[in-house]
Amino acid sequence: MSEVSTATTGKYSIESEKLNLWYGSFQALFDVDLRIKKGIITSMIGPSGCGKSTYLRSVNRINERLGYVKITGSIKVMGQNVYAEDAELVQVRKQIGMVFQRPNPLPLSIRDNIIFGHRLHTPKSEKVSVKKEDELIENSLKQVLLWDKVKDNLKRKATELSLEEQQKLCIARLLPVKPAVILMDEPCSALDPKGTAAVEELIWELRDNYTILIVTHNMAQARRASEECIFMLMGKVVEHAPTDEMFVNPEHEETADYIEGRYG
Amino acid sequence: MSNSPEINIFAESELNISNKKTEGLFRILYMMMTWLLILPVATILAILVYKGGPMISFEFLFSNPIKGMTAGGIFPALIGTVWLVSVALLFSVPLGVAAAIYLSEYAKDNWFTRMINLAIINLAGVPSIVHALFGVGAFVLFFGFGTSILAASLTLGIMTLPVVIVSSYESLQAVPMAFREACWSMGATRWQTIRRIVLPNSVSGILTGVILEVSRTTGETAPIMFTGAAFFLPYLPESVFDQTMALSLHLFVVSTQVPHVPEGLPYGVALVLIGMVLTMNAASIAFRTYLRGRKKW
Ligand SMILES: Nc1ncnc2c1ncn2[C@@H]1O[C@H](COP(=O)(O)OP(=O)(O)O)[C@@H](O)[C@H]1O
Ligand SMILES: [Mg+2]
Repeated sequence: MSEVSTATTGKYSIESEKLNLWYGSFQALFDVDLRIKKGIITSMIGPSGCGKSTYLRSVNRINERLGYVKITGSIKVMGQNVYAEDAELVQVRKQIGMVFQRPNPLPLSIRDNIIFGHRLHTPKSEKVSVKKEDELIENSLKQVLLWDKVKDNLKRKATELSLEEQQKLCIARLLPVKPAVILMDEPCSALDPKGTAAVEELIWELRDNYTILIVTHNMAQARRASEECIFMLMGKVVEHAPTDEMFVNPEHEETADYIEGRYG
Repeated sequence: MSNSPEINIFAESELNISNKKTEGLFRILYMMMTWLLILPVATILAILVYKGGPMISFEFLFSNPIKGMTAGGIFPALIGTVWLVSVALLFSVPLGVAAAIYLSEYAKDNWFTRMINLAIINLAGVPSIVHALFGVGAFVLFFGFGTSILAASLTLGIMTLPVVIVSSYESLQAVPMAFREACWSMGATRWQTIRRIVLPNSVSGILTGVILEVSRTTGETAPIMFTGAAFFLPYLPESVFDQTMALSLHLFVVSTQVPHVPEGLPYGVALVLIGMVLTMNAASIAFRTYLRGRKKW
């Protein structure tokens, strides 16, 4: 029980044990054991199809909508099993934010996009003043370094922003509901180098306040932007180590091969 | 977990509970609406089967009406309906699909195209009796087809054309633009793109429109009444220039126009009519499912 009592005060934000996942009869994850530390950025790398997205999508339980997905093993977030009987799906999703590969702003104004999640989780009886909302919006947009750009036209359609700005907005709209963990699935792969740099910078800024697990195809990005790194191959975790160590002195041959670009 | 001192961060909140209640409420509401919709259809079917079922026999289906249509069968009407629907389809499906392909794949978005679209939508709203009068004026009199299967089928075809165009257009539009661009970037012409990628991937949707059309055409009475369907004509048509009996008109006649009809007879005719529509629908749906299984996305 010692492990349990350290639950929310413990070291780890995401812990998975013997996680296996099948799409129908195809097994996509094999005994994935991971302990991802709190308050840091962890990157996840590996060739296409190795199960990175699948892992992320089982953490916030998006995969279970597909009727043919079967999962065994456990995933805990902040020490609590996300698949537990008494875990309310809506709360799980609220605590575990997700940023997708293609920016997906809602077809609403910038302002409404940012406050959307907050409104979802606020009871109707609880009147939130416009001033309070404005504060939340300003804070969120400032954290993603977008405030100066958009402060004068918050009523604009979010879908009219550039891709880079859209992706920043998608990160910003998670912040008002204060997620414990933010999952990012190749958040920069739709962006140009300048946009990538800008979003990377912002992710780096967020690391003190949030735990971030980011999937990337970009070695340089993993190296620049994360403190720990996980290398996956064909549904299995090969190596999980501090990023510097992994890139300088990988423990496994497959890791070395991948990092040096011999396949991928 | 049981003696954990921490609060459960995934615990259900008051708000979650009330949201769930709302969620449940709407679910039930929508479910009830669906049942409410099915109920009349199921009732009609049940009544038809109960009252009309005993009428159905080999003789009923395959012999002529006799004794002033108070006895005998419905064979000429059955065959007549098949003629009317087939000729109408022969006319409206190629025309409608071609128009949809033009509008979706070739036409530029300008005022002229928008006008055509508007006209099609308006055409769909024209009452069937107006189509009937148009059919009399245009096909029976002006083109001189007389009251014939041809005139009646053309009238039916014109009437259902908008349905075919609109539904075909929608299913063509549902094929992602990226597929077309991929084709063009390999040097395919528009027609090659349509023929190899767009049409094969939208044919199931187009078929849905045709199914709808078949059902409607089979049941229509007004447009054929003055253009080619006969009150009583115990012969089978030999060409499209003949008149014919039709099931829908026959149903109208035996239930309102002829005295001393046995009670079950109209129900029997209605049952055959509905049975025909349902059989055709079922066949098309099966075909559509087959096509969809072959679809690659
Ligand atoms: N919805 C799905 N249904 C069936 N198989 C899937 C589905 N999503 C992913 N897969 C398969 O699972 C494997 C892992 O996919 P994914 O997690 O998306 O890989 P990655 O994100 O590392 O590129 C792949 O082989 C992929 O084909
Ligand atoms: Mg992926």
